Amino acid sequence: MKFAGFLLLLSGCGVVIAAVALLAGVARAGFVAAGLGVEALGFVLVVRSHLLLEDEQG
Amino acid sequence: MIPLSVQLSESATALCVVLILLTTFGVLGVAVLNTGLTRSRSAAHTMTASFCIFTAAALTYFVCGFAWQGFAGRPDHTFTFSGRPWGWIAAEPFFFRGIKFDGSVVSLVALFQLVSVGLAALIPLGAGADRWRLRASVVSTALLAGWTYPLFAHWVWGGGWLAQLGANYRLGYGFIDAGGSSSIQVVGGVTALSIAWILGPRSGKYSQNGIPAAIPGHNLVLAMFGCLLALVGWIALNSAGAILFAGAEGTRVVLVAINTLLTAAGASLTTACVTGVRLGKPDASLVANGWMGGLAASSAACPFVSPLFAVLIGIVAGILVPFAVEVFESRLSVDDPGGAISSHGMAGLWGVLAAGLFAKLSLPISANPSTSRQANSGQLLAQIVGIAALLGFVLPLTYGLNWLLNRVCPQRVALEGEWQGMDLHELGGGAYPEFVTRGDDFVQIPTRD
Repeated sequence: MKFAGFLLLLSGCGVVIAAVALLAGVARAGFVAAGLGVEALGFVLVVRSHLLLEDEQG
Repeated sequence: MIPLSVQLSESATALCVVLILLTTFGVLGVAVLNTGLTRSRSAAHTMTASFCIFTAAALTYFVCGFAWQGFAGRPDHTFTFSGRPWGWIAAEPFFFRGIKFDGSVVSLVALFQLVSVGLAALIPLGAGADRWRLRASVVSTALLAGWTYPLFAHWVWGGGWLAQLGANYRLGYGFIDAGGSSSIQVVGGVTALSIAWILGPRSGKYSQNGIPAAIPGHNLVLAMFGCLLALVGWIALNSAGAILFAGAEGTRVVLVAINTLLTAAGASLTTACVTGVRLGKPDASLVANGWMGGLAASSAACPFVSPLFAVLIGIVAGILVPFAVEVFESRLSVDDPGGAISSHGMAGLWGVLAAGLFAKLSLPISANPSTSRQANSGQLLAQIVGIAALLGFVLPLTYGLNWLLNRVCPQRVALEGEWQGMDLHELGGGAYPEFVTRGDDFVQIPTRD
């Protein structure tokens, strides 16, 4: 889950960069927001994986 | 950003050198603050680690850091994407061999970075205090100063793709950060988060139910003194950064100093009020964190905003920091004794965003006149792209590097060392040998089973 989270963080960054390079106007802003959303999802996954790990370790 | 051919006047060069030397007070302030917020049995270790981290950062940056970071107008590696050049890493020779030490802007930048990279490297120590091995912290610092920091600093200060967002994609003036809210504070902050995750919480920090226990710092007077030392350093840091990376004239140092002080003042007072309302009394350690958060948030926009907006940036930072401390400690189970993640990472992110919201750009930060005339419409988007790069690239990068390091060289001290105290376990002597400061320093050492 942690690996998936970091992969989502990187993917979100990729979406943002692609939006800046390939789009313009409202579409660019929208896809940048979407990229940030993907990053947020990745961050939540990483946090959850660490919480589960600490629960396991007691 | 100042083109390489531009030489500062003699007076501006002298002013810049003095400011850079004063920036070391920022390093001292963070070291003293971290020491005050740790346990007494780790005080000498924290101060020694601060010293070792600062020196390791400077040496690593000298060896290869500047070679990756470079400066605008100097050689760098680029790739072409959608028909535009994307500078991603500099192509300077190692060991400062490409620099003439004649008071040129690039030589001043090298001097500035030797200090600021040490400041960035000290931030994770606040999150790893009381349990981070000295040797591991030095190696981790080498990774930060030799790779992570120069890479992102090239994007922002070295003419890389973030700095070129304005020229290439009409996003305002490109990503702006005069004093290092992103490249120093947030890079340090996300590294602190990575270290806190990898090390795990201190023994006894969380109960079986996950309820956090308060482990107060051993000397709040020391912590507050560190805050005041940091103020001097931050005024110098922001002023030198404004001259070197935003093209500000020497006279603008006055505005930068006023904005830095007002942001920190607004933040600390707001934190005192917030904690006073929520906890019944102002919390001294959180007020210190709020002050540092204000300083971190001030850096990005300090030469571009009016004093009124500087106070506003501080007020928001002062609200953000105590809530972030609570969320990281109580909800996310991240043990951060020095509050580094919140006061440097979160407040730094706010500072970057605030530059997009409030910056009034009239400085000659671009050599391209058409770019200089552009309105600030895309500036906020440029700042958001920078934030996305910090969270989406720098965080995984720094976590991955430290995770690998942890495999080779375990970063966390053994449990008995944690109970004995980092001072005795790693240094063989304590900071306060005349005093028995904690009874449990001498109780039987528990075992994991």
